[in-house]
Formats: sequence, C-alpha cells, structure tokens
Amino acid sequence: MTTNDQQETTTLQLLLAWGFVGVPLTWGVLQTLVNAMKLFQ
Amino acid sequence: MSLLSFLDREHTVAKSGFSRWMVPPAAMCVHLCIGQAYAFSVFNLPMTKLIGVSQSAPNDWKLTELGWIFSLAIFFLGVSSAVFGRWVEEGGPRKAMFAAALCWAGGFFISAIGVSIHNLWLIYLGYGVIGGIALGIGYISPVSTLIKWFPDRPGMATGMAIMGFGGGAFIASPLSVWLMSKFSSATHAGVAETFVVLGVVYLIFMMVGAAIVRVPAPGWKPAGYMPPVSAQKLITKNDVYVYDTLKTPQFWLIWWVLCLNVTAGIGVLGQASAMSQEMFPGHITPVAAAGFVGLMSLFNMGGRFFWASTSDYIGRRNTYFIFMVLGFVLYCTVPHTGSIGSVSGFVICFLVIISMYGGGFSTVPAYLKDMFGTRYVGAIHGLLLTAWSMAGIFGPVLVNYIREYNVTHGVPKAQAYNTTMYIMAGLLVIGFICNLMVKAVHERFHMKSDKAGRALAEVGAASQPAGA
Repeated sequence: MTTNDQQETTTLQLLLAWGFVGVPLTWGVLQTLVNAMKLFQ
Repeated sequence: MSLLSFLDREHTVAKSGFSRWMVPPAAMCVHLCIGQAYAFSVFNLPMTKLIGVSQSAPNDWKLTELGWIFSLAIFFLGVSSAVFGRWVEEGGPRKAMFAAALCWAGGFFISAIGVSIHNLWLIYLGYGVIGGIALGIGYISPVSTLIKWFPDRPGMATGMAIMGFGGGAFIASPLSVWLMSKFSSATHAGVAETFVVLGVVYLIFMMVGAAIVRVPAPGWKPAGYMPPVSAQKLITKNDVYVYDTLKTPQFWLIWWVLCLNVTAGIGVLGQASAMSQEMFPGHITPVAAAGFVGLMSLFNMGGRFFWASTSDYIGRRNTYFIFMVLGFVLYCTVPHTGSIGSVSGFVICFLVIISMYGGGFSTVPAYLKDMFGTRYVGAIHGLLLTAWSMAGIFGPVLVNYIREYNVTHGVPKAQAYNTTMYIMAGLLVIGFICNLMVKAVHERFHMKSDKAGRALAEVGAASQPAGA
C-alpha cells in the first residue's frame, strides 16, 4: 500500500531508468568495439 | 507546486520505499550527455569547410581557431565547478541538473546560430563558455547525492556516474556523424542542424535525470548497513567546510595527485593515434590506429568503474599507490616495447595506463569524502577539478613539445616519445610521494555542530573562516 510518505519503486521503473541510459550506452560501446577490431585485422 | 519549488532540495527528498538504484541512472542521464565533450573533435573538420563544403575556402575557419572551442569548454568546466560547487551542494542535485541541462542545450543552440551566420565568437560563447559552465555544474551535480545513497559503496556509485562521462563520447561520436550525413548536401555541411538536434536530445535526456533524482531523507541508511564502529585512520566521520579544505595540506596533496595522474594520461590520450603510428611505422596503419584510440576510450570508461569499485575494498590511498607504481613501471616499459617492435606489449601498456587515468577521476570523489566528510564533498570536488584544467594544459604540451624538440634534433620518430615516457614516469613518482604524505585531516578543521547549522542556514552568503 502506498501512502503520502511512501513511494515504492517498482521493478518496471528500475528497468525503464536503466534501459534509458543503458541502451544508448551499449549501442555506442558496440559501435566503438566494431571500429576497435580494425586494430587486429 | 511551481516549477522553481519543484527544483528545490526539499522537494527531492525520497519517500520511504524509493530504491537507491534509481539514482545512478539519473546521474548517468547527465554524465552521458556532457561526456559529448570528448567527441567534439568530430565537428572540427566539417567546420573547416562550412563555406567551401568540399574543401576549405580562404574564409573558412582554421583547425587552430576551432581548437579553442574545446579548450575553452574544459577551462570553464574547472572554473564553474569551483565557483558553483557550493551552490550545487546547497541547492540540491535537481536544481543543478536542470541548470546544467539549460546551459548545455543553450550552448548547442547558440553554437548552431554561430555556424549558420559563420561567427566563431558565438561558438566560443555557446559551446566554450556556456557549454563549459554546464560541464562543470553537470559533472559535480550527482556526486554527493550518490555518496549519500551508497555509504557502503561510495567508490562504485560515483564510478558509475563518472563512467557515464567517459561513455558519452561513444554515443555522441557516431550519432553526430550520422546526423551530419543526414543533414549535409552538395552545398551544405549540416553542422548547424546537427547542433540543434543534439541540443534538443540532450535537453530531454538531462531533464529526465533531473526529474528522477532524489536525495535520501536525513538519517537514512541502506537496509542492513552498519557504519564502521571502530575509527578508521583515513576515513573521517566529521565534515570539513568547503572553503576550509583549501587550508588543509590534504586538499593540495590530493590536488597534485589528481593533476599528475591526469597529466600522465591526457597527453598520450590526445596523441595516441600519431604516437602508435610513429613508434611502429608499417605495423600500425591509420585505420588500426583509429581502432587503438577506440580501444583506449573503452578502457578509459571501464577503468572508471573498475578502479573506483576496487577502491571500496582496498582503500582510496592504496588505489592511487597502484596507479603511481604500476603507471611508473608501464611508462618505463613503453620505450622497450618500441625498441623490440612489440605492438601487443605497447597496446597492453597503454590500455592499462588509460584505465588508471579514468580511475583517477572516478576514485577521487570517494577519496575526498574519506578525508573531508560527505556534507560538502560535491563542492570540494568542484574545487579539485581545477587540477583537471591544469593537467589539460600540461599533458599535451609535454608530449607535443618534447616530441617536436627531439625530432628537430635528429632523434628518429620511432624514439621521439621515449623522453616523454620517462618524464611521465617521473611525474608519477612525485604523485606517489604526495599520496604518501596524505594523512587524516586535523580536527581543528572539522565543522562544529553549531557551525554546520550556520553553514546550512546561510545559503548564498560569503564563505566562513576556518574553524579553530
């Protein structure tokens, strides 16, 4: 139960928050890794 | 509730049941955006062809003129984090993130106008000055909040946020290149439109961070967390007032430790591509060198999380001892890898070095918290970031000028960096000594309870004298 002094964070909220920063960061890291692999070619 | 009161610290106090794991992504929303600064160089070449488009015209800007944009931004990062540190600390993270978002997006919009009317001074003002202020405020905005939410793992918590700053370039670089390819045409470079889109995207992203950030309620502690009962020599339970830290030797010793660690890393980070090709001619091609730079950026980001998290277990001072000793060994090894033609040895040395460069940034907030307490740690961190600005000048100058001197005096290009490597190793010896001299802060600098109350009450007033 949620009262005025209580605000339970749901798993969905956590997933959304981490996904919001995690997805673009993962995309950027993958792009960089693909370019970095040229060092070993 | 008006917008301004929504930004106040008291309206960001978390209610019971709020998960502290919401705060690191809030911090990363800001750091991922301002980390774009590391990728600003992708605009340099297109901005030298705004008039000529396919090639530079006589009235186009030169690279040397454009280089000042980034330098100004880093300079104002150091200045604003030092000047606004106390305001950030007392106003709360939401207000600071909101201000940083407006300045960061505003900087892009002003720069877009500068590009459109071909006025470089507007870009200096927009990205350099206003964007630089956003960098400073944004960088320190979540630091003390994270430390308060994670008293059991302060290094890991701040490491996550500061890792975001290192990771921002990974997103900004390919995104900017893609946007410019969409907006460019045979007669147009597409830089101004890219600035506008980036400004809008970053504004939204940072506002989300400002909306979800919370500060813990007074007296809150994580479930099951028991603060250490026995006193730890280098972890204080007291707070030091922000401007009183400037009177302590500990602040200046840590300032030098950070400055020397960053100087050693930032010089090679900027010259990694050219250095690798010159030290291994024929072995490392320009394409491979670009891959090497990308790999270094990944280790720069990963090191921020790894080393700061490690410091929670082995202590901050010991972590910096590792940076100094291991860095010394690796810098002395680099010339040897060049002489025997070991590309893999060279790459491994620099990847570890650059991970410790990133680790130096992310471990320092927790080091300051250990020394000066949590009350003003964000503002103290802001003051310390002037070491970064200083290192940003020292590092590249050391690498570039010594190489230039060696080459003009007949040293083969493959060996032109050897002297610099030994100088970097020497700087780390000085850093080791500074770190060794760090002792617990004398109790005369600790805030008295009444003084702490006064400091809280006198928001906006002048600084207080040192407690005696």
